[in-house]
Formats: sequence, C-alpha cells, structure tokens
Amino acid sequence: MPNNLPVLEFKSSTFFAPILILFNNDIVGIEEALEKKVKLAPEFFKDSPLIIDLSEINKHSKEIDFVQITQLLRRVGFFPVGIRGGNEQQNQQARELFIPIDTVRELTNLIITDEKNKPEVAQKSDSQAMPATKQEAIHAIPPRPVYVAATLITQPVRSGQRIYASGDLVVMSQVSAGAEIMAEGNIHVYNTLRGRALAGVHGNTAARIFCFDMQAELISIAGDYKTSEDLNKQTYRNPVQIYLQNHALIITEIV
Amino acid sequence: MARIIVVTSGKGGVGKTTTSAAIAMGLAKKGHKTAVIDFDVGLRNLDLILGCERRVVYDFINVINGEASLNQALIRDKNCNLLYILPASQTRDKEALTQEGVGKVLDELSKDFEYIVCDSPAGIEKGANLALYFADDAFVVTNPEISSVRDSDRMLGILSSKSRRAERGEEPIKEYLLLTRYDPDRVKNGEMLSLDDVQEILSLQLLGIIPESKSVLTASNAGVPVILDEKSEAGQAYADIVSRYLGEDRPHRFIESKKGFFSKLFGGKK
Repeated sequence: MPNNLPVLEFKSSTFFAPILILFNNDIVGIEEALEKKVKLAPEFFKDSPLIIDLSEINKHSKEIDFVQITQLLRRVGFFPVGIRGGNEQQNQQARELFIPIDTVRELTNLIITDEKNKPEVAQKSDSQAMPATKQEAIHAIPPRPVYVAATLITQPVRSGQRIYASGDLVVMSQVSAGAEIMAEGNIHVYNTLRGRALAGVHGNTAARIFCFDMQAELISIAGDYKTSEDLNKQTYRNPVQIYLQNHALIITEIV
Repeated sequence: MARIIVVTSGKGGVGKTTTSAAIAMGLAKKGHKTAVIDFDVGLRNLDLILGCERRVVYDFINVINGEASLNQALIRDKNCNLLYILPASQTRDKEALTQEGVGKVLDELSKDFEYIVCDSPAGIEKGANLALYFADDAFVVTNPEISSVRDSDRMLGILSSKSRRAERGEEPIKEYLLLTRYDPDRVKNGEMLSLDDVQEILSLQLLGIIPESKSVLTASNAGVPVILDEKSEAGQAYADIVSRYLGEDRPHRFIESKKGFFSKLFGGKK
C-alpha cells in the first residue's frame, strides 16, 4: 500500500504479544497467580504487552469487571493492549479505556455469537499501544513464538569446560584453549576466543559466530568446521564474524 | 572458622608442595595457627619438605578411617609451634580419600586453626578434586611454560564448577596466581613465557612471582621450608606472598631482570 504522504507511512507488520486467558473471575486469585508467574521471569514480563482473553469466562457466564482487570494488570507490570472474547459490556469498557477489541477471533468463537460488534475494526481506538495491523498479530500468536532466551556467561570459560546454549550464547569473558562453547543459535564472544566455538549445532545454517579477538582452535557452523590450521592468518587476533555461505565458512573482519 | 586454602596446579612438579610448605610456615610465623595437609596419598612428600618425616606415626587416612584421632596424627613443626602437619599415607592410594571423611577432618581442624593449607596432588582425579572441594581460596601454582599454563587453566575451570562453593551456589573460590620458577633473563631472551603471556591466558590476581632459585632445592633437601631462608630470593618471594595474602601492600618483585648495574657487582648470582 504505497502511501506518498511525506509525514508518515503505513506498513504491515507482525507483532507478538502473549494472551492472558482468564478462567475465573476471582480477582484476588488472579492477582496472586499473576504475581507468582511474574516472579519466575520478571525481566520477561516487565512492561510486556498483553491481550486479555475473556472467552472462557463468558463461556461460563461469569461476571468480571474489565476495568478492574486492566488496572490489576497494569499494577503487576503489564500493558494490556487488546481484548478478545469479551461481551458487549466488556468491549464497551475496553473502548472507554482505549483498548482495541479483537473481533476476527470472535467469528470463529461459537459460544459468543450474539454480539453486534463483529465488523468492528480493531484499530478503531486511538490507543498508541499497538501498531497498525493488530489482527495479524493475534493470528500469529496461536503457534506461540518460540522464544529461547540467550545464555549469558560472564565468568571465564576455562580449558576443559563445555557450555551449551539452546538459543544464542553470549560470552563476556575469555574462552580458553581447550574449552568448548556450543549454541543452537549464534555465538558472541566479547573477548578472546581461544577454544572451540560451534554455532547452529542443530543445523541452523544461518547461525553466526562473532568474536572480539579471534584465536579459536576450531569454529563450526551447522557442522561445517575449520581448525585453526585452516584459518586465515589475516583474521587472527582480530574482531571477526563467521557465517556460512554455500557450505563454506566465511570469516570477515568486523570493522 | 578456619580459612581453607588449596594449593593446586593440575601439572606436577611445578612447586605445589614447596609452596604449601612455605606459605603454611609463613602464615604460622605471622602468628596464625595453621595446619597443612598432604593430599597426595601414596606419594607422601610434604613431610620431607618440612623435615618431619621421622616423626610420622599416623596419617590423614588413619584419621579419616577413625583409626587415630586428629591430635595423634598432627605433627607440630619444630621451627614454629603454630604450624601442624597432617601427613598423607604412603601405603594407600587416593581411593582411600572420601568426601565425607575429608569434610569431617576439615570441620574438626576448623575449630581451632585459623588457616588450613591443602597440598593438592597433581592431576584432576580424586585426590586433587577432594583437596579443592572444600576450599575458600585457591593458590594456583604455575610455571611460565605453556603446558603448565594450560593445566592451570583447566584447574581453574574445575575450581569454578566442582567445588563445594560452586555446588552450593555460594561466593566462588578466590583464585590467586603464583608464578614459580620464573627467570627474567630467559623471559627476555624469549625462552620463557612472560608474566604478561601467562596473564593473557589466565587473567588471575597475581599473588606473587617466585624466581628460579637454587635455594629451593637446597631447602627441600634439608627439610626446611624455603621461606625460612630469608636471604634467598625465593624465600623473600614467599614471604611477600604471605603478606599480600594477609592484606599487606607489597610491590611485586622479581619480574624484571636485575642484570645491569647490579649484575656487574654481584655477577648475576641468584
């Protein structure tokens, strides 16, 4: 959708946000459960956008005050950015709070069918909390985004130690000769890399290795490897990135 | 509660026992009641370096097995009455050591000693692992050569992952570097790794450099810890190390070659 307005532009994009499905209208219980969850991963949940799903509640015709729920969520640290499966009254409350309503979902919702607000466009509200194409976002959610937190290592990785990360691996300290670091994702070493570094160990050919001071014994991406003997002397002791191109490991200096 | 120090290296022959004897003696000389334990079961040496081999009756394994009490097995040093030695068993092997037994002995010693120095055997097997398991501080003894540095690096990995502190998620063991058999002249000629070379790989807090010195061998053979030889550079270096460990501020010595004006006067004698 080309838009030639010089001041702004609309772009289609996908936006991931967790959905909170409420099963019960017990506000105290909800608060307790939320706090428990947040405590498990405070950084993950902090300021997280959230879509509130009330279909389960309404399925069982339980009363719930949407305003109260919104306040509670904000207090715990979330940003409610959408409602779905709400009834007329809840949707009205959401509208007043400038929280967009997801209607597309309701078309497939067999229980709540008596609503008149089906054609309503989600981004009708003035809320700035969500970028343009919200419906898309919500559709993208059911196959939940597989988010694997990066592993951060701040201690030196000594000879003989092995580190395995199921996502990305970030090492702030040196990796000694005889040490082995492996990641299913990318590897970043913001120090000297003397040991072995294996990125994309599950076959992710897009994985890369970045290091600050390249002295590795062996580097590998998705099974393709090079030993220090085959490594270019020019990149030795320099900051480099390593990636895979047609089954060849390419090592380039990072300026 | 005593502070438990492990003297370790991974590699053999770098000076662990010499260091253990010297720093244990140094700590005791400074007025701290110190026990030094030989973990090298089957290759008992510490008693020789400390010159008490003829007074060994019971040993560490006897205590672990409950065949002797700690008081029966501990040998008081002749030079310093605040130093006690718990010798290793010569007739047994490392398998005789158990984590539970070692823990019990250390607990008991902790009650009335200020420092416990554990002289680790070489290698990364049971004896070495048990010597470091209960440690609070680690003195990593390294020679300025690549295999020793690599082994020390390996040891540091074990210190940070297999100790009691690591298992319990407590504050990690404090690791110090002791660079032994250092010869500034050979470093200058490029025949030996320099302090910087070693530190580039290990990056540890340097507790001290012990220069290559003939007095070490002489002292060992005489059964007197080299720290008591106050005239020798090695003796002074160990004294510095003990002081630094206890928090005193001592500038590092023996890094640079003394050749030059002084070498003309003294002929480069060590």
